[in-house]
Amino acid sequence: MEPDPVGAPDGDAALAFHDITKRFPGVLANDRVSLVFRRGEIHALLGENGAGKSTLIGIVSGMVRPDSGSIEVAGRPVRITSPSAALRLGIGTVYQHVLLVPSLSVLENLMLGSPWWRTLDRAATSERFAKLAELLSVRVSPDAPVGRLSLGEQQQVEIMRALWHGELVLFLDEPTSMLTLQGVDDLGVVMRRLRDHGVAIVFITHKLKEASDLADRISVLRQGRVVGEVTPAELKTMSQDAIIERVVAMMFGHGGKAGDLRATLVGDATEPQSRQHASAGVEPLLVLHGGHTAGERGECALDGADLKVRPGEIMGIAGVDGNGQKHLAEVLAGQRMMTSGSISLAGREIGHLGVAGRRRLGVRYITDERLGEGTAPRHSLAINLVIKEIGSPQFWKGGITLWRRINDHARHMIGTYGIVAPSEQAPLAGLSGGNIQKVLLAREWTGDARLLVVAKPTYGLDLQNTRRARDWIKSIGGNAETAIVVISNELEELIDVSHRIAVMERGRIAGIVKNRPGARTAIGRLMAGVEAA
Amino acid sequence: MNREHPLVSWLHGMVSVLLPVVLALAVGAILLLALGKDPLAYYGYVVKRGLLSPTGLEASLTRTAPLLLIAAGLIVAFRSGLWNLGVDGQLLLAAVVTAALAPELASGLPSVMVVAVCFAVAMAVGAAWSLIPALLKAQFGVNEIISTLMMSFLGVSLANVLIKIPFNDPQTTVPQTATLAVEDRLSRLADTTIHWGVLLALAVVVAVHHAMTMTALGMRLQIVGANMKTAVHAGLRLRLLVVVAFAISAGLAGLAGAVDVLGVHGTIRADWNPAYGIVVIPLVFLARFNGYAVIAFVFVFAVLVIGGESAARRLDVPTYFVLVLVGLVMLFLAVTEFLDHRRRLTAKD
Repeated sequence: MEPDPVGAPDGDAALAFHDITKRFPGVLANDRVSLVFRRGEIHALLGENGAGKSTLIGIVSGMVRPDSGSIEVAGRPVRITSPSAALRLGIGTVYQHVLLVPSLSVLENLMLGSPWWRTLDRAATSERFAKLAELLSVRVSPDAPVGRLSLGEQQQVEIMRALWHGELVLFLDEPTSMLTLQGVDDLGVVMRRLRDHGVAIVFITHKLKEASDLADRISVLRQGRVVGEVTPAELKTMSQDAIIERVVAMMFGHGGKAGDLRATLVGDATEPQSRQHASAGVEPLLVLHGGHTAGERGECALDGADLKVRPGEIMGIAGVDGNGQKHLAEVLAGQRMMTSGSISLAGREIGHLGVAGRRRLGVRYITDERLGEGTAPRHSLAINLVIKEIGSPQFWKGGITLWRRINDHARHMIGTYGIVAPSEQAPLAGLSGGNIQKVLLAREWTGDARLLVVAKPTYGLDLQNTRRARDWIKSIGGNAETAIVVISNELEELIDVSHRIAVMERGRIAGIVKNRPGARTAIGRLMAGVEAA
Repeated sequence: MNREHPLVSWLHGMVSVLLPVVLALAVGAILLLALGKDPLAYYGYVVKRGLLSPTGLEASLTRTAPLLLIAAGLIVAFRSGLWNLGVDGQLLLAAVVTAALAPELASGLPSVMVVAVCFAVAMAVGAAWSLIPALLKAQFGVNEIISTLMMSFLGVSLANVLIKIPFNDPQTTVPQTATLAVEDRLSRLADTTIHWGVLLALAVVVAVHHAMTMTALGMRLQIVGANMKTAVHAGLRLRLLVVVAFAISAGLAGLAGAVDVLGVHGTIRADWNPAYGIVVIPLVFLARFNGYAVIAFVFVFAVLVIGGESAARRLDVPTYFVLVLVGLVMLFLAVTEFLDHRRRLTAKD
């Protein structure tokens, strides 16, 4: 791969990195990275977790200083010393998670960066807002409280904030991860408009298909280095399959695992295979009928949710985040009591039982809030493996903790699940996301499980751990003793693992689709609020 | 992940605790110089009168009893993530009830029974005074820092009302409770002035320390302290555990009150408020909720107080200067903690 000459002949380089190196203790995060981002170009940066993408964002947004190397903005060498310096240079960054204040209005959020002594100049601000709104072609009221906007609209406000002080370079960090399908399309429109306006757009993503759809140029990072590039000319002439093949090879080298990971990465390049379930027609193991819950302000509660899952079946729950999935998981696990409705497991009513009572009956819940809810991060791995069993005769005798047994158990689980940890005494917070997920699997997947609820099983994991988690879920499906409910906002994941997929909308199950060719369309229709045929 | 050698991390722990103490003594010396006093003489008196003279040492050890019992309760509460800052009210109410009850019981019961009943009642009174903040916290998530402080103010005032009206001993001119005869108080150890409440307090601190790490209840409380959401997720009976942790904590504060009354004072005058809690809370933090470290810090503090009272009289330095030293220790502790935290962060990145 011929690296591009610095300062392209036509002089259109908006931002250029020359030999940027950043070293953290034990990690070489960026290793002589040279990249040029041009005006009027959508430049996709691809790479696995740990490839060095976040460090690059940290550097351009003024949060991280490189150890060596230089940066040029519009041909001038610069030092980016702080986030506000980055904004003044015309470099805006939109992060993966929304960083707006929900209780403030759109305009107030946009003015947050201005000096404290200046009063809010409404006229000038409104003018800038109108100009950006027109540029982005968005219709958001400047006076609406941000909390009332959809996630897609909030992201548009984030983009406005990033462009507020200049329209030179826009970094988008995994911008599609929380959007609906429609939201992704809308974002594509905005990105193209900005590109045509002359903004240099840097689009950071995991998802290869989105990159090949949207980008004019693709650069691939691996272990801190730029390992390859697909130029605009190549993108125009190559078929999508050929592009994907080539990028996968760059991301993973030419080793054997590239093929395995390809499916995970490419997502909907493959049609769902029929994952019909053998015990169709068998009495359901889990029956939730008319489930209602009371929600806090801004939460979506259950509003008459019905769900039946047969033994051995993997039921996927699809839907845009915030349609009651959290409450559904908590109701099944016993963490949240229903205001009305009934829930039974193997014919036995369990609605009145709490978490501990249901756990004794075999209910297991792997939460997506692994650190905030699923574990006590400052406590050891060994403790975290038993926090749902405190007082059980296996590890306690007359209320006295049998530490030897707990530690032996932890070492056994570390071996069985291949958890990478310095020791069973290591604080859980020090483990990587994939290993924390393994701790949860080890804790929940015990022999007597009858109902396993898994929320966003691969959220925040890199590709290899994503693949591993999905394979694990598939491997435990078909177990005649257990019903499995997998909640995810990634449709591809559900199509990969589920037998049937239920779509949640506003606290109800809008419909259930068998996972077979054509399921994607039916689910899309349900998610869009169109009744399934 | 590079792990520190155990000796290195132990040394690191010692330095991070001793450094603030040394810095506080140094700044305290500067303050004394500014007041025109000789800091060496002051610190010398503190050590001589609080530690090296027999009566001083006995007084210091006796003073540790209520402080240790309060600290034991705070270890339970703080490790459960519950900031019970209302120990003064809990202690004073229990102390007043004990002071009123003990002389009544002493006329009819053997002294072992008097002590047993008084201890039980004092713990119940202390625990009861924590019930409202505990239930508010468990049921509605009301911030216990505010509610326990408010209950403490109420408790202190109510204790005064009790002394002045129902429990007042009409034979005295100053409002105070009836006095417990010296022979009915907690018995002394050998030939000293130290009562056996000190041993009880030491045993309770050690027991609490190990209960938190070696029992199922201790682990449940630690999970509550780690994160209440995790406790709910793990199926723990969160509300019950919050009430239990508060009850243990406040119950031990109540016991501290009873031990101080039965062991030392024998009576309580109106407006007596030793405000032990407000000094024990920083000491428990300084010890990082470790029982053995608490014992060491409480002892040092007791020496400072007893020696400081003597030094204050001789050098004409206000008695409150001891509190200035404790405040300085806390300040420097916070600063070293912050710097250490930042050092770790930069090392991790």
